[in-house]
This record gives sequence, C-alpha cells and structure tokens, in this order.
Amino acid sequence: MNESMVPAIEFRRVTKLFGAVRAVSDLEFVAPTGSVTVLLGPNGAGKTTTVRLTTGALTADAGTVRVLGLDPSDDEQGQEIRSRCGVVPPKPAFYDQLTGWENLEFAAEIFEAEPEDARDAAARFGIDHALDQEVGGYSTGMRTRLALARSVIHDPDVLLLDEPTAGLDPESSRAVLDLIRDLAGRGRTIVMCTHLLHEAEGIADQVVLMDDGTARAAGHPDELAAAYMPEPIVVFDAEDRSVLELLADLDGVTSIHRNGSVQVTLDDLARLPDMVTMLVGAGARLTRVERVIPTLEELYFRMQRAHKDQP
Amino acid sequence: MRRHQVLAVAAADLKRLFKSRDYIIPLAILAGLFFVFVPGIMLPLIGATERSPLMAQIGDVIGTLPQQIQENIAGDTPAVRTAYAFAVYLLAPIAIVVPLTISSAVGANTMVGERERGTGEFLAHSPLTVQEIYMGKLIASLVPGYLATAIGFAIYSLIVNLTVGRQLGGWFFPTTGWWYLILWVVPPFIAIALAVILRLSARVRSAAAAQQASTLVTLPVIIASYGIASGLLYSPAYSALIVGAIAWIVAILLLRSGARAVRRERLLGVAADA
Repeated sequence: MNESMVPAIEFRRVTKLFGAVRAVSDLEFVAPTGSVTVLLGPNGAGKTTTVRLTTGALTADAGTVRVLGLDPSDDEQGQEIRSRCGVVPPKPAFYDQLTGWENLEFAAEIFEAEPEDARDAAARFGIDHALDQEVGGYSTGMRTRLALARSVIHDPDVLLLDEPTAGLDPESSRAVLDLIRDLAGRGRTIVMCTHLLHEAEGIADQVVLMDDGTARAAGHPDELAAAYMPEPIVVFDAEDRSVLELLADLDGVTSIHRNGSVQVTLDDLARLPDMVTMLVGAGARLTRVERVIPTLEELYFRMQRAHKDQP
Repeated sequence: MRRHQVLAVAAADLKRLFKSRDYIIPLAILAGLFFVFVPGIMLPLIGATERSPLMAQIGDVIGTLPQQIQENIAGDTPAVRTAYAFAVYLLAPIAIVVPLTISSAVGANTMVGERERGTGEFLAHSPLTVQEIYMGKLIASLVPGYLATAIGFAIYSLIVNLTVGRQLGGWFFPTTGWWYLILWVVPPFIAIALAVILRLSARVRSAAAAQQASTLVTLPVIIASYGIASGLLYSPAYSALIVGAIAWIVAILLLRSGARAVRRERLLGVAADA
C-alpha cells in the first residue's frame, strides 16, 4: 500500500493502565495523513497518555497502535517513528543551565538535523533573538516557543502538540495555530491536545472528544454538529422585539431562548421562509435572521451531556 | 549504538554540570581538600617537626611494620621516612575516595534529574535508544570523576615531589604501585559504583532519594576499595593486576545489566516502580 494511503495514526481498542488506573481505555481513533486531529477533553481525559503511546514512549497494555504504518512498541520501528515525530509536551522542559541554542543544538544532534535547521526553526517561532540566553531565564512563552522550534527541527511527518498554546500570549498562540495550518497544508499530520475549544475551531479536520481515557465521539466538526445538534438553530432580531414572541406558538419550533434577540430551535430548516413571511406580515421589521453554526464549545458540552445522560 | 548520539547525551550533561556552580564547587572543594590541602599542609609539617616526640613515635610505629614494607620506605631520617610513608602509603586510597564520591554524586542525579526536571520527556520521545541514553549518562558520570583524579593526582604528585622528593634527592612519585592503582584499579571500582547507582537512580523517585541510595552503595565500595588500594601498595605488582582484572569483569557485567534499568516510562516518571 502507498504510504500516503496509510493512516498516519491508528488506535484500535488501546488500553493503558497505571496500576489500577485506566489512563486510556479502549481508545479508538484514526488520524489520516495530512490531517489536523484535535484531541479535546478535560484534564485527566487521557490526552497526554495518548501522545506518549503514539511515539512509543509508553507501551499499550492492550490494543493496537500504528503510526506511519509502524508499531511504536517495537524497538526498531519505534525508533523510526520517534525520528519522524515532533513532540511539544504540556510543560516543555529544557536543560536550564544551557542556552537556548545549546538546547536546540542538542536536539539537532539527537534528530540528526543540521544546525541551520535549528536556527531556521528558532527564527520561525521568534525565539532566535534569545538563543544566547540560558533557558533558566526564559519566560513561559519563550520556553514554549523554544519547545515548538525544537519539535520541528527535523521536519517531522507527524507533529504531536500537547497544550501547545498554554502560557502563550495571543500573538504567539496565533503563530502556533498558523504553523499548524502551514504544516497541514504541506501534508504533515498534526495531533493537538487541548481543552481550549476556540483553538480547535477552524483548524480541526477531526475532533476526538475524550473523557475517562476513551473517545466519546470523533469526526469533523460539521459531522459532530449533525450528529449531536441536528436541529437547526436560528437567531431572530427585530426593531420591536415584542413581535418575536409570536415565534413561540409556531409549529416546528422545538425550543426558544430569549437573550435580547430570540434564538429558536427548529425541527426543519425548510420552515424558515414561512416564519419570516409570518413575522413580516405581523408588522415586524426584522434586523437579523441568521442560522447559528454551533461552536465547538456548544458541541463539546452537548456531547458531554449526551454521554453523561446515557444509562 | 550510535557514537555521535551517545556523545551528544554525555556532552549535554557535562555542559549542564560544569555550569552548575552549586554542584561543581563542593566537588571541587572535596578534590582540593584531599589532593591539595591535606598533603600540602601535612607533608611540609612533617618535615618541619623532625625533632618532635611525635615524630619519634611515628618512626617507632613504622619500625614495627614488616621488614618487606620497611624496605620499601625510603629516607634516611625518621621525618623523611614518615613523610614518605604518608605520601606513598597512607594517603594512597584518596585516589579512590575522591573520584568515587564525585562520580557517584553525578551519577545519582543524572537519571532521576531528567525525571525531576521534566527533560526526560524529550529523551523518551526521541529516537535515542535506551542503551544510548544509558551510555551517555555513564560517560557523563565517569568524566568528572576521572578528570578530578587526573588533575588531582598530577597536583598531588607535584606536592609530594616538591616536599618529600626534595629530601630524597629527586622526583620519585608516582611509584609503580600508584600507576597500577590509578590506571588499572581505580577505574573499574568507579564503574562498579556507577553501574549500581545508575540502576538505583533510574528507579527512585527523587534526587534526594538517589543521593541517599548512592551513599549506601558507595560507602561499602569506598571502604572495600580503600582497603584493597592500601593493601595493593604493599603487595607485588601482579596483585594489583589480578584485583584490577577481577574488578573490571565485575564492572562490565554490572554495566551491561545496568542498561536494563533505563526505560522510557521511567524517564517520563510514570512507571509503577519509578
């Protein structure tokens, strides 16, 4: 099979135990090559363990992990995987007594990259000006930028970013998200762990909602919206908002929420033209009629609720 | 095993170590105390107290030693013979104590330190094999000890030759026994202690625990090696060769099995026993 056709990452019923604790439990997901997969979940959901299982830093107790078609638990294949993966851990750590450059140079030697690659990576994340300083004096944001630079020195095929924007200022966070888009555009596979939903918005080809070490749901945000929020939501607003109360009695309105404007949930979007006609006929001067695309945050909490309600 | 990667791990550790003043200064003081301060004060003092009753007593003690040993102690006067005995025999085991202590201190911190600092995560995700990590750490732990021995031994030799050697009519130190000790016997003892310490360091949870464990390991090794080193200086050269050979075999066996203690999950600090 052509390598590009092999999923970059495949987890099949993977379980990882730490003593009696199931850090990952029957986890299933596939990250296609060249895609951006966002592992979304609260602290303790198993996201970091998933990253560690991906590189073979940890070995699964049950199930199958395949990365770039290789088995990370095998010594030789694991080494191949690790040489093609870049990792940004949740709390990037460095040798604090060494300078930023010495830390990058060390990483370049380990990954058999050229020193020029290390300089380019540092410049890319705007940390090149501080490479002569000892890392012990770096701010959190500088450390994260250095960690990001370190992770791409060897131009990895798979980039695993575990809370990569934690502690970053908005400008740097945007740079990280731009990098993700850039790398994905060049065919690299990205897995990003986060609990910041707005970060996943717009960059995720796939969202894997994790909780208690397992994938509660996985798919493109639109697919998840269709599955978990199938009823269309429409926001209405008018110069005289009292007219909007008429919406509550109309057929097809399954719920109504007032917050200045009125947000109604419909059983079918096809009812919308008739509703607008009715409101205009009743004298309403509408200022807004807009279908709401659910945000990941709304989806996340909807999915969480759905799974908690399951018997 | 890729040599370049092993050396990169060792170099990063050594750079870090030599930049950590709070770590390197106590070790330098220890080496300075044993190799410079004690001989630098004691040997001239012995020469200056030739007519004291204490010197006469020490001379009497030397006189009770077996004839074979007495024949090896050079010098015409009690003071010179005492200084010679101190320089060549009594202070000899320092050559073991200092490098062992330094290497143990470094080795105890090297693995558990990765975990405590969180830098083990980078190594765990890297394409380095555990053998390469182990070997890099081993080299990083050995180098400071051997370096201290080489420099300290050179300074010690200088002090002995300038004080005792002047009275004996020329440079005489190191003696043959010392060469065997430094080049053949000390290295495997350091390796034995380090092999055990690295295993412990990979398992324990904190640097403090690693230091305590290393003390438990190094103390018997220091005592044993002290005794052996002292004994060897009085014995024929082949004794040192045999003891050294046995120590090397034990060291190699321990070092080979020591690599098994390094596991990626221990570097991450999530192993059940780490």
